[in-house]
Amino acid sequence: MADQYLHSVRILRDVCHGCTNCLKSCPTEAIRVRNGKAMILPSRCIDCGTCIRRCTYHAATAGSDNMEMLKQYKYNIVLAAPSLYAQFPEKISAGVIWQSLHDLGFDEIFDVGLASEYIAMEIADYVKNYTGKRKPLISATCPAVLRLIQVKFPELIKQIVPILPPAEAAAIYIKSKAAREHKLAKADIGVWFIAPCPSKGANIRQPVDVIHPEIDGYFSVKEIYTRIMKNMSNLGSGKRNVTTGSSYGMCWGSAGGEIASAGLVNAISVNGIEEAYEALEQISMNKMPTLDYLECNACQGGCIGGPMVAENKFVAESNLKRRIAVMREHEPADREETMLASMVCKGFPLSQDYTIPIKPRPMMQLDDDIIEAMKKFEQMEDVLQSLPGLDCGACGAPSCQCLAEDIVQGRAHDMDCIYKLRGQVRKLAYGMIELSKQIPLTSGPEENLSGPDEKEVLPGAGK
Amino acid sequence: MTEAKSVKMNFEVPGQNFDRAGEASAKLKKMLQHIGIPAAAIRRIAIGTYEGEINLIIHAGGGKVEAEIFPDHTVVVISDTGPGIADVKQAMQEGWSTASEEARAMGFGAGMGLPNMMNCSDKFDIHSHLGEGTTITMNFDY
Repeated sequence: MADQYLHSVRILRDVCHGCTNCLKSCPTEAIRVRNGKAMILPSRCIDCGTCIRRCTYHAATAGSDNMEMLKQYKYNIVLAAPSLYAQFPEKISAGVIWQSLHDLGFDEIFDVGLASEYIAMEIADYVKNYTGKRKPLISATCPAVLRLIQVKFPELIKQIVPILPPAEAAAIYIKSKAAREHKLAKADIGVWFIAPCPSKGANIRQPVDVIHPEIDGYFSVKEIYTRIMKNMSNLGSGKRNVTTGSSYGMCWGSAGGEIASAGLVNAISVNGIEEAYEALEQISMNKMPTLDYLECNACQGGCIGGPMVAENKFVAESNLKRRIAVMREHEPADREETMLASMVCKGFPLSQDYTIPIKPRPMMQLDDDIIEAMKKFEQMEDVLQSLPGLDCGACGAPSCQCLAEDIVQGRAHDMDCIYKLRGQVRKLAYGMIELSKQIPLTSGPEENLSGPDEKEVLPGAGK
Repeated sequence: MTEAKSVKMNFEVPGQNFDRAGEASAKLKKMLQHIGIPAAAIRRIAIGTYEGEINLIIHAGGGKVEAEIFPDHTVVVISDTGPGIADVKQAMQEGWSTASEEARAMGFGAGMGLPNMMNCSDKFDIHSHLGEGTTITMNFDY
């Protein structure tokens, strides 16, 4: 299984202390400590960014692209999502934010909220017309959740809606439009996403759900925010004309926004990677068979709670709510009417033309051959019996169960366990004491073999 | 070393205790994933075992979940020494429930537990005697 997995999450080795914080927090047990540094197993990582959150030394981060790369394209478009607007208090208008993005070097800005409205309509239609028996249907918007399902709940793949995430749909639309309007080849147009998390980045490098991503690269919300704030004083009175979606596009940035904009009532929103795991486990036991839809985000609070944002997620939520409230003042009361009025993109792509079936990503199998896997399973259980069951992480694995698996797969040794190692040292020490009692035949009486009292050296040695 | 043609699992389920409800089926599911049984089959086995486990907790006063995993099929035996079922054929009917009229009026007792277990599995056997207990054997092919 030598598949190449391209990941966005990175460990900065110079900063990493080799502690157990990220190790123990990874939902797919993808981290090990080797030679004093954390390393990520590519086959298990789902790019959720939990390790980034947990690292007390800021040694885990998400890779992102270099702004220099804009020079490779003749025309650069940036996708601004609600999670970006939410970094700024409402008094900083979308127009000001767009102007700042323009000043950073982007030729055009496209509002992802606008795309979200089309996606919301597609979701609502799909749910309404769904006649399948397997429920609930599961959102496809969070790439980390998609990967979690591929790896731990592949039986739920059938329940994921075959619908594009808004940023992907936005990129497909705007790249084609810009190519037509500016008479450029699509390859000469760079479409960039400002991402709140590593999983959206990973999905750009190696998508699991779309046939050919039109997003060329990404920058973190944190980085763009920093640059914008640095340039604020140079902004002058520049304020661009903006075309944004309605409040029903903006609300996608925080938890519950997706189902609110799709008008789904028989739906729940689950946020946080552990929460997602818990909910998916219940769904795989068929415990929610009458629920229509599951909105599921790997980050608590939704995308505004992503690991690569600048502002605190609660502050961001309050910023977002204020923006939405102001937008609502000028919108019709009816949700559908509001959305239809703002959906002005002609020829917006349909998901069915671009999505691909998601494949399972078997990670737990001990071996491709079932008989071998059975043998390894039994060996793993035996090894586990011999481990202390403390899950201390000192061996560099997050749990004794993981160490047992690593041992059976030849990735570790049982003496990596410091408890076992200490036990072995004691055994050897006793062995040496016994050996030291052997008087060579050529030696004289015992006075030749004086040494420290063994009771001082080894507590309990006299027993 | 003998050829490992099957792997066994044994789990005691305590009665009337919801703290650990679902543990047996979760443990079995993990085993099946480690061994590499196809995902669709794992789903049916997990759901069938879960329904049986819940029955042990609610109705039977606890019992045992035993599983044997083969390369092409898994056998799950759920057994107890509880009150037993008076009329097995009736109990297997969809919608038939031991819940009282009042309980059913409140929405309890859908009466789908045993039928769901039968629908999940490829072969379903149930033996029960009043005062002695119940044994359910499910076969899952893949």
